[in-house]
Amino acid sequence: MTAIVVDDLRKSYGDTHAVRGVSFTVDEGECVALLGPNGAGKTTTLEILEGYQDRDGGRVEVLGTDPRHANRSWREQVGIVLQGTAADPYLTVRETLRRTAGFYSSPRDVDDVIDLVGLTDKATSRINKLSGGQQRRLDVAYGIIGNPSLLFLDEPTTGFDPSARRGAWQLVKNLRTLGTTIILTTHYMDEAQALADNVVVLGNGQVVATGSPDSLGGRDTAALEIRFRLPDGVDPMSLPVPATIDRHGFCQVTTDDDIKDLNALTAWSLRQKIPLEGLIATRPSLEDTYLSLVDHESASATSGAKS
Amino acid sequence: MTDLALVGSQIRYEQKSYWRNPLAAGFTFMFPLVLFVILVGTTRGATDATALGAGVHVAQYLAPSMLSYAVMSVCLMSVSMSLVRQREAGVLKRLRGTPAPAWSIIGGIIGSAVIVATTVSLVAIVFAVSVYGISFPAKDILPTAVTIALASVAFCALGVAVSTLIPNVDSGPAIVNVPFFVLVFISGTWYPITGTMAHIAAWLPLRPFIVALYYHGAFSPLNSGSAWAWHQLGSLLLWGIGATVFAVRHFQWTPKKG
Repeated sequence: MTAIVVDDLRKSYGDTHAVRGVSFTVDEGECVALLGPNGAGKTTTLEILEGYQDRDGGRVEVLGTDPRHANRSWREQVGIVLQGTAADPYLTVRETLRRTAGFYSSPRDVDDVIDLVGLTDKATSRINKLSGGQQRRLDVAYGIIGNPSLLFLDEPTTGFDPSARRGAWQLVKNLRTLGTTIILTTHYMDEAQALADNVVVLGNGQVVATGSPDSLGGRDTAALEIRFRLPDGVDPMSLPVPATIDRHGFCQVTTDDDIKDLNALTAWSLRQKIPLEGLIATRPSLEDTYLSLVDHESASATSGAKS
Repeated sequence: MTDLALVGSQIRYEQKSYWRNPLAAGFTFMFPLVLFVILVGTTRGATDATALGAGVHVAQYLAPSMLSYAVMSVCLMSVSMSLVRQREAGVLKRLRGTPAPAWSIIGGIIGSAVIVATTVSLVAIVFAVSVYGISFPAKDILPTAVTIALASVAFCALGVAVSTLIPNVDSGPAIVNVPFFVLVFISGTWYPITGTMAHIAAWLPLRPFIVALYYHGAFSPLNSGSAWAWHQLGSLLLWGIGATVFAVRHFQWTPKKG
């Protein structure tokens, strides 16, 4: 079943075309990350899906309903974690969540949610006494208190320390296990890599690329980069495959025939008894691929504007 | 939870939040009383006796006018500024993303302000009667309560309407304070007014409230008849309806861009 359909979505603010024909779908139970630089159209797209903004054109269906006609029963099924913390500073964590739980017909247990986001020790603390990371965890709690089948997470771990981020990731993974559909925006590529089944990269209001984090932009079939250092006095020309030397003295081999070339190198190393120090073999990371996609899109937009 | 119970719950949480902010709560309660005491002390004997009536204690006039000031301060100023703060901080946006009906959220804010306004009024009346011995007939309690309740709701509606005109938190005090204090002065809050100013103020929302309480109502030393000031109540009702229509048309849940 498809949870979200976005087809040729368009939105402008005056002369600025924030979203220009964006299309993608999200299946039920799937976690999809919307990636893109600031101004790419992520937040506008998200706010249209959440029912906060109206669109200028295109078709949008979220849980079978056009969000511009969002009603109470639709909102019962949708959880939203906004970018910034927005809660009454004089209420406690438990009061804030009890208040919100009262809006829903079948909310989660308040104390369970507090426990789930790791705020048990702060349950009776007022919001204005929480640290930035704790407030962000409260935001996540706020989004899931209604027990939604679809959750929007807008940069959910911004400002988290590494340990809190891992905790938040585990929480999202747990929600996925329970069948919650999740739309995520993030600037952290490791977060998209860890959580998303699929990513949609936006640039200048358009979809630049879609795919799984492992295959985005063909990164799973991209050339393998092998890197190692040779002991002093060993001539790189004696290697069985052509290599270049970088400014740190490392040998670099870029190959499309990875098994054959890796085998040739390691066999040569064993035969010659010459170590390949610090040997690593990598393909472009999600971040490398993402940056290459958005840089390319940005360059295209600039040249298009000039021509 | 039924919608009505939801409003009750919202009011309860708004009240908790209000009383936990001692500065705001203290200012709302103490400032009108302090102002009342100072004005009684400084204007006693200096006020034109003919404006009040011979032998009338100045506190007899200042009690209802300060009460009106306090109600307008709580309902118009506090509600408008609170809504702007909550809108710009994203609190309203977040609430709008839940299944809670819009009217229950706004109803909670208004309901809480009406409770505070009613409490401030009660404190002001008890203070004026016990400290200055002003006259307040028991038979006029009901019309006084209805007048205060109607004025509170009307000023809350005006507060919601005014909040739609304020683009951000920084510009809020300037936009609210100027018309607020102009209204306070020309409506005869500090001293009795007559003539053209009184005629102009009669068309504005504060003057009918003061007139309903003092000239026709329970605080009047001259009026021994009914304390129901129907004309002024009608005027407050019209202001409330007009403000509600304006607010419904222009209310914004998400932060303004400007």
